Amino acid sequence: MSSIIIDTSASRKVRELLRFLLESGKIDAAVTMRKIPEDSSYDLALITDASNLDEAVPIVPVMTVNAGQVLSSISTSGKKIAVVLKPCELRAFVELVKREQGSFENLLTISHTCGGVFPLDLVAAGKIEELLPKYEKIISKGEVPANTRDTCRACEHFIPMNADITVAVAGDCESGKGCVMYLNTDKAEEYAEGFSGERGELKFDPSALKKMLDARLLEKEKLFASITEDGPGLDRLLDTFGKCIGCHGCNSVCPICYCLLCDFESANFDYNLPYFEEHLSRRAALRLPPDTIFFHLGRLTHMSFSCVGCGMCSDVCPVGIPVAAVFRKTGEKTAALFDYVPGRDVEESIPVMVYKEEEFSDIG
Amino acid sequence: MSEWQPKILAILCNWCSYAGADLAGVSRMQYPPNIRVVRVPCSGRVDPLFIMKSLQSGFDGVLISGCHPGDCHYISGNYVARRKFAVLKPLLEFIGIEPDRVQFSWISAGEGERFATVVTKVTEDIRKLGPSTKLVKKL
Ligand code: SF4
Ligand code: SF4
Repeated sequence: MSSIIIDTSASRKVRELLRFLLESGKIDAAVTMRKIPEDSSYDLALITDASNLDEAVPIVPVMTVNAGQVLSSISTSGKKIAVVLKPCELRAFVELVKREQGSFENLLTISHTCGGVFPLDLVAAGKIEELLPKYEKIISKGEVPANTRDTCRACEHFIPMNADITVAVAGDCESGKGCVMYLNTDKAEEYAEGFSGERGELKFDPSALKKMLDARLLEKEKLFASITEDGPGLDRLLDTFGKCIGCHGCNSVCPICYCLLCDFESANFDYNLPYFEEHLSRRAALRLPPDTIFFHLGRLTHMSFSCVGCGMCSDVCPVGIPVAAVFRKTGEKTAALFDYVPGRDVEESIPVMVYKEEEFSDIG
Repeated sequence: MSEWQPKILAILCNWCSYAGADLAGVSRMQYPPNIRVVRVPCSGRVDPLFIMKSLQSGFDGVLISGCHPGDCHYISGNYVARRKFAVLKPLLEFIGIEPDRVQFSWISAGEGERFATVVTKVTEDIRKLGPSTKLVKKL
């Protein structure tokens, strides 16, 4: 597989690639982050005409929606689509494909080594532009920017798994020094054929990012410790989730929560008169709306092993609950039972859909 | 006042454990009267949420029982159930539920005696733990 040396900014080079793919008719559409000049904010855009690519900023530390979630509704359209995803977005999409919520067939996936994304309040405040130079400097040194999402700082999967094209964002990326585009698959070679740029045979070397990995692992340890500082337990759980107002924002932005009708929004959790009568016959008081904490326990049992730690849930929570940190921490435990890494391999089944005859002999 | 009695929900699969309970009954075996039985088609039908909901609704403990691994009427339901319970265990720990409050066992239709023994043991375990009030009061 070959590589392409990037002689300009990494983001610009990817934009050029998207332009080339659209203009040559190799793809019907591109999915990329875009800057909205009028209000210095960002969105994720589906672009079908190359003339609309000028505002595309394919590589930018902003995640307004987990792109994996969005892809699930367009990947089976039959159109050829190139999509630029962050590593956790790609992993989220892999999890969705396993759940038959999308397909890689017509997709060209472009991902990049990721320094983490800024929380949405910084995006909304229009601060990204001024934060970028410092951010790039910090990640080029293999350090962890302090003002990114907590789960980003603690994420060890910042190198894309299974992308057709990997852009190694390293060194001084604004000037293009040290950035390389790796074509990992035959599909990538095929699509990129005819695209300009100096070709080479470079191999992506993850060991170059060892320093970043170590820094992230350290952050992870700190983050996980903060979740159960005074030990696990119900009081701690209440401390954490007691503030929840039950808006369900966290699961609506979660790429893994794909169910059209969430159990918690179904008739199973309809609160009617008999429910209240029944509960109040045994309990003197009832939290209203009911089950705000229970909802999290449900989500934890249903999907924590697939949590990719994108941090969307924490970022949208109106009351500042560190949802993502809890899910990552718990998810790591539940996934470890099956030696599972969410998004690692699309051929790998979801752990609760398969079994081995000889396992968990301690149960039963 | 009479001594506190634990209330335990027993979720039994139709093909093995429920029949095992039946056998214990018709054989007039003695076991504590603390369980309330819910019959499910298969242990694979048990959503871990049922278990947490039971604790929240005031049960002091939950016993889930299905066919022995390899003997599932639906071939693999209990294997999948076992994985779901494996996920639930660290979670219960995470929220501070004593592991003994939620127990799993495999009991066949012919094991009436085993059924009685399991129910006795589970009841005693939960009696030792005392009433489960945490989830009831606060969730
Ligand atoms: S639970 Fe939160 S961090 Fe995990 S995948 Fe869902 S939105 Fe992302
Ligand atoms: S976003 Fe926050 S407040 Fe809303 S349901 Fe999730 S945890 Fe609760």
